[in-house]
Amino acid sequence: MKHILGVLVENHPGVLSKVSGLFSRRGFNIYSLAVGMTEDPTVSRITIVVEGDSYIVEQVIKQLNKLIDVIKVSRIEEDSLTRELALIKVKAEPATRHQIVELINIFRAQVVDINKNHLIVEITGDSEKITALVDMLKDYGIEEMVRTGAIAINRGRKMLKDDRNKGGYDNGNNVL
Amino acid sequence: MKMTGAEAVVRALELEGVDIIFGYPGGAVTHIYDALGRSSIHHVLVRNEQAAAHGASGYARATGKVGVCISTSGPGATNMITGIATAYMDSIPIVAITGQVPLSMVGRDVFQEADITGATEPFTKYSYLVRNPEDLPRIFKEAFHIASTGRPGPVLIDIPKDIAMATLDFKYPDEVNLRGYKPTYMGHPGQIKRMIKAIEESRRPLICVGGGAVSSGATEEIMEMAERIKAPVASTLMGIGAFPGDHHLSLGFLGQHGVYAANRAVEEADLLILLGARMGDRATGKTEDFAQKAKVIHIDIDPAEIGKNIGVNIPIVGDIKTTLGELLKKDIERNDWGWLSRVREWKQVHEGVGDCREGLNPMEIIKTLSDMVPENTILVTDVGQHQIWAGRYYKTRRPRTFLTSGGLGTMGYGLPAALGAKLGCRDKEVVLLIGDGGLQMNLAELATLVQERAPVKIMILNNGYLGMVREIQEKIHGGRYYQTRMEGNPDFVKLADAYGIKGFRVESQEKIVWGIKKLLSWNGPIIGEFVIDPMANVIPIQGGKEDEAHIRGIG
Repeated sequence: MKHILGVLVENHPGVLSKVSGLFSRRGFNIYSLAVGMTEDPTVSRITIVVEGDSYIVEQVIKQLNKLIDVIKVSRIEEDSLTRELALIKVKAEPATRHQIVELINIFRAQVVDINKNHLIVEITGDSEKITALVDMLKDYGIEEMVRTGAIAINRGRKMLKDDRNKGGYDNGNNVL
Repeated sequence: MKMTGAEAVVRALELEGVDIIFGYPGGAVTHIYDALGRSSIHHVLVRNEQAAAHGASGYARATGKVGVCISTSGPGATNMITGIATAYMDSIPIVAITGQVPLSMVGRDVFQEADITGATEPFTKYSYLVRNPEDLPRIFKEAFHIASTGRPGPVLIDIPKDIAMATLDFKYPDEVNLRGYKPTYMGHPGQIKRMIKAIEESRRPLICVGGGAVSSGATEEIMEMAERIKAPVASTLMGIGAFPGDHHLSLGFLGQHGVYAANRAVEEADLLILLGARMGDRATGKTEDFAQKAKVIHIDIDPAEIGKNIGVNIPIVGDIKTTLGELLKKDIERNDWGWLSRVREWKQVHEGVGDCREGLNPMEIIKTLSDMVPENTILVTDVGQHQIWAGRYYKTRRPRTFLTSGGLGTMGYGLPAALGAKLGCRDKEVVLLIGDGGLQMNLAELATLVQERAPVKIMILNNGYLGMVREIQEKIHGGRYYQTRMEGNPDFVKLADAYGIKGFRVESQEKIVWGIKKLLSWNGPIIGEFVIDPMANVIPIQGGKEDEAHIRGIG
């Protein structure tokens, strides 16, 4: 099962390697990882999609929390907003171009570059939506594709902020 | 105050109360050494940087203070890795300082450059590559704080040569502010209540202490709890000394190589209270079979250890001393003696030392040593059969007096760690128990002992084999001994002489007591070589055929 974790980290050199090193060292499988700046310039936010059962996810969260550069780790809930971005270079002869553009419109994606034989399509959305478009475009021939990892944010009032002491484990109830 | 980076390093060490540093100089640290030479800090010149880290680790284990070691860049730094990893696995607070090539050259593979922060990342609690001389005071303040608080561990500071040469305005911070690091010391009151209830409901409670109980300094609290709730106390290898080995509630060392009473108690207990014990594979054997009848309470300052290896019913994140102190304020008492009388019967099972065909019986030697040493003696072991024998047959009576590489299992740890322990505790007797293999791994440190005039009492149990591996070859590989016979061993008595150390050899049973007396009475470093039965085994391994025999006292 896939789980999404939001991780706030110090914006220092070397922090990403500490986080990714932990995953390889402890044998956790990362499905995707995306990192970028936040509203606070001293803090970066990493979104990690991790594969595993609840024991693995607990371990990942605890081991991440142990890293001194990690400010906060939180599970992103299932109804959260998640987005990925993909750029897809698809074969488009004059005869097929029209069909492709129609398809792209259905997905509310955009054509961002065009030449005689190709289109480059930009799409954002959750993982399933992007995969669905990719499947449809395969018939025309995908020449090249680049895809980001997921970023995720909770809906409504729930926020991932450095609002409490990381060490302030209530009682370790999260263990089981 | 204006000073150079090198002077700032030394000033920071002085402000942290460091009085001793283990190290080896080299090109990238000459400026720091120049500043060290003008300070009151005593520098111990080891013969290989690995020993600098082990020395700092032995010092930290014996004193409870942070140990400090230093090396140059490149090979100096990579040599230290084994010592740093050893400290990491046993949660020992050390600060390791490494020189680095000038910042402008970093990443160009210049002479003696190694990415040491990268290389040690899996083995350090935290590490720094200093990029700005003005950061030095803050980094040192943070490093000592991180190393010594929460779950202790090694912190590495990599200092490029140009940073050591630059000038800065030195202001040492009063406090540390790390938003990502705030260990929890007090267990949650709700969980403490649940713990009390579980204790009151239990009929067969068992306490198990680990290395965390030693580093927390919780011996008094653990004794009071054990006595009030009438619970026997078992120990992991790292927990030895957290509870006095001669206390009537002490069961001794549990696990794969543990003693009968401790392992029986784990099987039968209905409540297992783990105190700073991570329950590694050597302590549990197969986790499915471990403590099947017991509800488990686990107190640990590192939340990641709770539930990692075995399932836990009542997790409590906190410092053991602080949390038990709170628990003991409550009215908690159990007065059921039935369980203790059963446990006492198991304790009566004779822990046999077996027969030896040729040479001395190592288990008998260790038992005799245990009876003869002063109570506050620090026993340092190396790694192998003798380490397990020491765990089983040596009665450690005080915390921080049984030093061993329990986690990483580093051969060669013993000699430099014993030196570090002795330099930290000059008033205590320090005995190093070591095999002929392990001694030769860091043999060169004999010179450091001499240079420091450190009266470490070295007891070699010489079986002419890498005994632990030989035993595996005997039991699992059909007795095909391969690459475990130590041909070419030196004459250890002559070797001692070459270093200007007193040396002697014991080959007969009746000279064991004489030999131990000689070690303990000699006022200086001394080597006593005890020639033991080359075929003596660590008995029993739990689950093996020896179990039954051992239970009957033949083992």
